[in-house]
Amino acid sequence: MKNAIYKFVLYIAGSTPKSLDAFANFKNICDEYLKGKYSIDVVDLLMNPKLAQSDQIVAIPTLVRKLPPPLKKMIGDLSNKEKVLVGLNIIEQG
Amino acid sequence: MAKSRNMTSVVMPELPKCPSGIQGLDEITFGGLPQGRPTLVCGGAGCGKTLLAMEFLCRGALTYNEPGVFIAFEEKEKDLEENFSSLGFDLKKLVAQKKLLIDYVYIERSEIEETGEYDLEGLFVRLASAVDAIGAKRVVLDTIEALFSGFTNQSILRAELRRLFRWLKDKGVTAIITGEKGESLLTKHGLEEYVADCVIFLDHRVNEQIATRRLKIIKYRGSKHGTNEFPFLIGNSGISVFPMTSLLLSSSVSSQRISSGIKGLDEMFGLKGYYQGTTILVSGSAGSGKTSFGAQFVDSVCRSGQRALYFAFEESEGQLSRNMTSIGINLKKWADKGILKIVANRATLCGLEMHLVMAHKAVKEFKPAVVVIDPITTMIGSGIMDEARAMIARLLDFLKNEGITVLATDLTDKSGETEVGISSLCDTWIRLSMEMQDYKRIRRISIIKSRGMNHGHETKDLIFTNNGLEVKNIPGVREDYK
Repeated sequence: MKNAIYKFVLYIAGSTPKSLDAFANFKNICDEYLKGKYSIDVVDLLMNPKLAQSDQIVAIPTLVRKLPPPLKKMIGDLSNKEKVLVGLNIIEQG
Repeated sequence: MAKSRNMTSVVMPELPKCPSGIQGLDEITFGGLPQGRPTLVCGGAGCGKTLLAMEFLCRGALTYNEPGVFIAFEEKEKDLEENFSSLGFDLKKLVAQKKLLIDYVYIERSEIEETGEYDLEGLFVRLASAVDAIGAKRVVLDTIEALFSGFTNQSILRAELRRLFRWLKDKGVTAIITGEKGESLLTKHGLEEYVADCVIFLDHRVNEQIATRRLKIIKYRGSKHGTNEFPFLIGNSGISVFPMTSLLLSSSVSSQRISSGIKGLDEMFGLKGYYQGTTILVSGSAGSGKTSFGAQFVDSVCRSGQRALYFAFEESEGQLSRNMTSIGINLKKWADKGILKIVANRATLCGLEMHLVMAHKAVKEFKPAVVVIDPITTMIGSGIMDEARAMIARLLDFLKNEGITVLATDLTDKSGETEVGISSLCDTWIRLSMEMQDYKRIRRISIIKSRGMNHGHETKDLIFTNNGLEVKNIPGVREDYK
């Protein structure tokens, strides 16, 4: 994880099924396409409610791509692999 | 607590209410908004939704010591602060005192991809942390319809909104949710179905070039409420809602008398003059001496050391003062002394509501014992008939509630009818008339009615002298009655 190029933050509110799904779905995608060059931070808003305000989070789960810029947001359980890949620009080179 | 403050005359136990602190709104809702429940405020763009909601929080924080949370979907904290400082609300200070918390929720659909199931727990977390941070009792969501444009999945959204309103109720906060006016429904997305307890509709319409803001309470479960449309104003101290007529005719009654300033007329009122705090209407055709009559009254009031406020809609202050010196009345002297204030402007300067607000303000500031409105009928020029009548009624009711003696002049045509039928609103009606006699116009005065006192029924001469007006018996007519 030292040379992570992709930096993601997943915002959840408690370990709800939707949040767990989102994490599992996304981890699978990352392992498949970005193995070794990504990091996922999970922020539980119930623990850090202030972050919801500062990071402008409304929907849960929200996945934010912090790096590389520009910032990208994606909400939902990330079950649609195609949409996730395109939406987060993970498969640029095709 | 403050709950009972505005409910003095309501004895029946009702829903607990949360006084909004907004002028007039608590009066027409008989105490305020439903406590611990959400209220929907809807209306078109620029109708004052945000203002009403924010004022609700500010008043709550300032007057009722109830901190409030403002969830803004449209305006940033800084914009809100700037906008409201012009209305006399220092949001920054309230925020610093932890009486107000503004959370700007930024939603931009183009920046958010949706894939699969989600919920709005993030909003709930923000709301909960904001409410807990300052112990909020009041919450505003302005406007929640931003969510509809921010998220595509309507079924999730609707389920979440339902959950949100339940959450607000469970939390026991009194909430205002604002919504945009819809085509066929009250709101674009039918928000009213979620907030079924109290719905307030705001409207901003232009009628004969004069804009009027109106407020209507569409429903209020478990409570009575005024069902009319009530005009309201956005002045420099926030919103004022004016009940069309004061709902309660509860002004205190005085049996003190006040001199009309004309000895001969006082005699007709059993030597003493008018009752204090009543409304006197002076009607007459052009040139019959209405303004002089009013000026003489003001002069006499000021002479006794009381304060008088003169609304002149036809003459400027200077013109009025100069003209009155011709009958020996020096108004300038009283104005210089600070016990007379002449407010002169054209009735068409602004809409009826604005006039009402200006009158309110002048009266509240100057605290006069007597108000002269010369002539009250010009108001009609700046509005439509029904509105003019309603507005005059409201003005007179307001003054009466303040215990102020009002003298209103009314220009009539030959028939002698008062134009908008305002005579029924007045306690005393004096008619000035002109009669032709030997190629001369002679001014006459008679009392048509005077509630609650025995008054002379004869017609007398009204004579202009260098020392003011005099009321004398008509030569040759004997005074056989009293």
